[in-house]
Amino acid sequence: MSESRVIDARDTFCPGPLMELIGYMKHAQVGDELELLSTDKGSSADIPEWIKKVGHEMISIEKVEETWHIKVRKAK
Amino acid sequence: MRILVVGGGTAGTIVANNLARRLSAETRSGKVRITMLSASDRHMYQPGLLYVAFGQMTPDQLYRDQASLLEASIEFHVDPVKQFQLDQKRVLTEGGKVHEYDILVIATGSRMVPEETPGLNEGAEFFYTEASAVKMYKRLREFKGGKVAVAVGVPHKCPIAPVEVMFSLHDFFKARGIRDKVQMKYYYPIGRIHTIENVAIWAKPEFDRLGIEYETLFNIKEVDAKNKILKSEEGIDVEYDLLIVIPAHRGMEVIERDNLGQGGWIPTNRHSLTMNGHDNVYVVGDTTNLPVSKTGSAAHFQAEVISENIASIIKVGEPVRDYDGKVYCFIEAGHDRATYAMFNYQNPPDLKPPSKPMHWFKVAYNQMYWTSVRGLL
Repeated sequence: MSESRVIDARDTFCPGPLMELIGYMKHAQVGDELELLSTDKGSSADIPEWIKKVGHEMISIEKVEETWHIKVRKAK
Repeated sequence: MRILVVGGGTAGTIVANNLARRLSAETRSGKVRITMLSASDRHMYQPGLLYVAFGQMTPDQLYRDQASLLEASIEFHVDPVKQFQLDQKRVLTEGGKVHEYDILVIATGSRMVPEETPGLNEGAEFFYTEASAVKMYKRLREFKGGKVAVAVGVPHKCPIAPVEVMFSLHDFFKARGIRDKVQMKYYYPIGRIHTIENVAIWAKPEFDRLGIEYETLFNIKEVDAKNKILKSEEGIDVEYDLLIVIPAHRGMEVIERDNLGQGGWIPTNRHSLTMNGHDNVYVVGDTTNLPVSKTGSAAHFQAEVISENIASIIKVGEPVRDYDGKVYCFIEAGHDRATYAMFNYQNPPDLKPPSKPMHWFKVAYNQMYWTSVRGLL
């Protein structure tokens, strides 16, 4: 059964949010979903690139006020 | 008033010396007492390790006797902290002593942790300790050609080091006449070749000009030392003949053990430099969780703010200024040229073209450092 989790990485700075994502992916199962909250502009660009490079799935990325809500799924 | 400084590196030494000068009358009268605890009786100039790794300095040149750097009024003990008891305003030391304080300054620094990555200790060279820098120099001397991979873990102290090591490698192999036999590739964890955007913008054409290849979004996972393969979280395998790594770092073990900060990074107010939730505890240097580079220069500027504020609080009851995030880093760019990155919370660095005078200034600073830690520069 896939799990869904939220990690709040707001007010942490590059590469903090990306490192949170990598740490999560290491322990997650295929199909698990993560919503990462970030206020770091660099990470909002790096994370979709990293997801694409590794071959996971980018569900959505949305900016609400000052926070990026980045939703990803572990695909492999 | 008892002021306790824990840590005898750049940050702690500058805080203690600045305080001793500013509060000389108070220490003479006994109104203030300044104590420093350190794990070592020696003080290391850490930026010198890069020079040791390339045979440009010998290890003995890195050190001075810690006591010789301190103002006479500072009570100095080589007796590291075993436990922080902040609620009781005291620390317990490895030597079994108890030091109570009114004001605490935590300056315990950071350390590389290659053992947390499988195969890294067996397969890679480092230059963040004396032993590893000397070992790396010997490997470099015997290297005859092949693939050199340089990879970076996060977080680490001295963010400029990965870029500087590439330029140093280029010059080293060129001087030995084997640069054309060496393929150099640089691997960095985020989506550009340096965490500081303007450094990435400046360094990219320099790498291109020198024939240094690079790959971004590369996060070290493990090393197969037997087969000489570096493996990334992204599923990429890199074959190498010589692997140089700047490993991920943590704060000191005691900080994590006492739950003062995840990863050993203590939550710190970015302006007052007080520990979150403890107004009588200041945090300085690498062990903060601040979004600033972990460098000697940041430690220096933070230390000045802290010592000025502590002295002012003692004298007039109020602090006088905030830390603005200031960092100043030399960047050795090869060929006896250097530039610098100066920035703060608000303003990114504006890098000037490298020049010989800036390199000679850095070389001079390698000696002037000893005046800096005495709080005189």
